[in-house]
Amino acid sequence: MAKKLALIASKGTLDWAYPPFILASTAAALDYEVCIFFTFYGLTLLKKDVSDLKVSPLGNPAMPMPLPMPNLVQILPGLESMATMMMKQKIVDKGVASIEELRSACLESGVKLIACQMTVDLFDFKHDDFIEGIEFGGAATFFAFAGNSDVSLFI
Amino acid sequence: MDFDKEVDAKNLNCPLPILRCKKGLNELLGNQVLKIMATDPGAVKDFEAFCKQTGHTLLQLDQTDKVFTFYIKKRLDTL
Repeated sequence: MAKKLALIASKGTLDWAYPPFILASTAAALDYEVCIFFTFYGLTLLKKDVSDLKVSPLGNPAMPMPLPMPNLVQILPGLESMATMMMKQKIVDKGVASIEELRSACLESGVKLIACQMTVDLFDFKHDDFIEGIEFGGAATFFAFAGNSDVSLFI
Repeated sequence: MDFDKEVDAKNLNCPLPILRCKKGLNELLGNQVLKIMATDPGAVKDFEAFCKQTGHTLLQLDQTDKVFTFYIKKRLDTL
């Protein structure tokens, strides 16, 4: 019987968009059955358009910067866009997959994507804001899968 | 070495080579051989781990310059 991987994706920045989609697509390639539950800011990863995901250097002292920069300076307007632009360029230069590409790989390989309905209500999102092929559900829906999974991670 | 399908995964980073490999294998029958090339330095360990976990056989690994070439025999499905 196939092994099962259950993930919770709770973050909605460009950098944190990678771990759930990388792990899910890889596990699917390893013949795992995979389910990702997207909740709170993670829900944004299921929007039709994910081209506006950003990465913020603010509060992230481990982020490599071209110049040493005190963290407080990073509240200046434009720095977040600059950091995001630099990260996107690196992603292309290093042959790293785009989020869209990894997400499509997940969908093609049958990864189950569940959007947290409570978060949809909380943020006044509409089902129409999200890509096709996902389910809407709550914590109980997640546990229906996660309850007998082999690996379960909160991201 | 003879092969039935060739996939170029050069200049792609983790996990794309593995995803391309899986896609390539999906188009083969059991016992057919996939040739796949990658430049990701992590690919050697990843392909070994992939084969170990999925039951496909890594027949041969060649390295020239910075390119790794893997020959992977698809497992015979037991279904």
